[in-house]
Amino acid sequence: MSIYTQIIQDGLWKNNPGLVQLLGLCPLLAVTNNVINGLGLGLATILTLVASNGTVSLLRHTIPDEARLPVFVMIIASIVTAIELSMNAWFHELYLILGIFIPLIVTNCSIIGRAEAFAARNPVLPSLLDGLMMGLGFLFVLVLLGGFRELLGSGTLLADSHLMFGEAARGIEITVIEDYRGFLMALLPPGAFIGLGLIVALKNVIDARHKARQPKTVQGLAGAAAS
Amino acid sequence: MQALWQNPVLRVGLLMAAFAISATALVSLTEKNTRQQIASNEREALLEAIKVLVPADKFDNQILQDTLTLPTTAAIGTTVPTTVYRARLNGKPVAAIFTVVAPDGYSGSIFMLVGVYYDGSLAGVRVISHKETPGLGDKIEAKRNDWILQFSGLSLDNPEKNQWKVKKDGGQFDQFTGATITPRAVVGAIRDALVYFEANRDKLFANVEDKS
Repeated sequence: MSIYTQIIQDGLWKNNPGLVQLLGLCPLLAVTNNVINGLGLGLATILTLVASNGTVSLLRHTIPDEARLPVFVMIIASIVTAIELSMNAWFHELYLILGIFIPLIVTNCSIIGRAEAFAARNPVLPSLLDGLMMGLGFLFVLVLLGGFRELLGSGTLLADSHLMFGEAARGIEITVIEDYRGFLMALLPPGAFIGLGLIVALKNVIDARHKARQPKTVQGLAGAAAS
Repeated sequence: MQALWQNPVLRVGLLMAAFAISATALVSLTEKNTRQQIASNEREALLEAIKVLVPADKFDNQILQDTLTLPTTAAIGTTVPTTVYRARLNGKPVAAIFTVVAPDGYSGSIFMLVGVYYDGSLAGVRVISHKETPGLGDKIEAKRNDWILQFSGLSLDNPEKNQWKVKKDGGQFDQFTGATITPRAVVGAIRDALVYFEANRDKLFANVEDKS
């Protein structure tokens, strides 16, 4: 298996930052009360992860090993600030939508986690891909959790999508349950924790099923060969 | 020099200092290059925001220039001097647009732009910035919910002053599911702004010497 396939599998599933590493829980739990918020934070996270992974990887021979963490913090904080300012200036419309999520990214430890675990020891290209894939994996969890909570909490999906896709998208909102009275707990922090727990459990069940089905042949053969 | 570089403490310290300087340089360069653009974006957004409150055909003056600087005013919650924009038609006062702060939001202050017509009725209210909970308290934003639109046309007589509360407190304004504190703060701040306007109307429209 090539290193790139492995990076893709790790980021999206096997080592998913939201489901396996459980990093970045603060923004993950805070904003996922609907799909669109999850999508917004996910996109902003991808951007930052790719940029910070790339920078850390480029500078990996210069960064002193003893002081790498404070240096990572400086790199990430300055990148995030620079992205926020540039977006405010040149993509003002986008900034009005994603702007509130960008400061939240600084509290996302999966970014410093990837800098430490991957970008600091790998060349630039794999590091960029790792950033992209980890970001996509995170986005996937954000959207899934956002959808779960929005559906349960307010009975809709993709509400407020005009904030992200413009007025034309106003009609995308799907009212799944008519006259829904709302289930407040799903929208509040406990709903985030419970929802994330359920998704992690679901992933474990899928993995366990997969394992139980597949290795019978492989491991059985290996076992037979060994005996 | 070589010896100095071999001292690990010094080496790491110098490298960290170099990183700190580059990071600060990156941020300050970006800030410098974007400052003007951000300011002009904000000015444009402000003018748009004013036109949303008071329709453009109701005034004919240069509203961003016809301003009054209001010192810190506890009655409308401001903690720094703020600017009042005055709309006039043929020199006659039409409406004043000013900043109102609700200091008692769920998480921090809620900043609003409030427009009041000369007769004391509300032209409209918009929330400029807040830190309320996404999905709950942020329904005070016009782009998320129509709630904030209901204030246009209301005044201290409509509804009666003691009805300027959320329903939970015995007033006539809806709160949100899961968020009462936010709308309570907004309704209270708008009421205070109307009281303030009533008491200070002439001062707010007073002509100052043309600064330009």
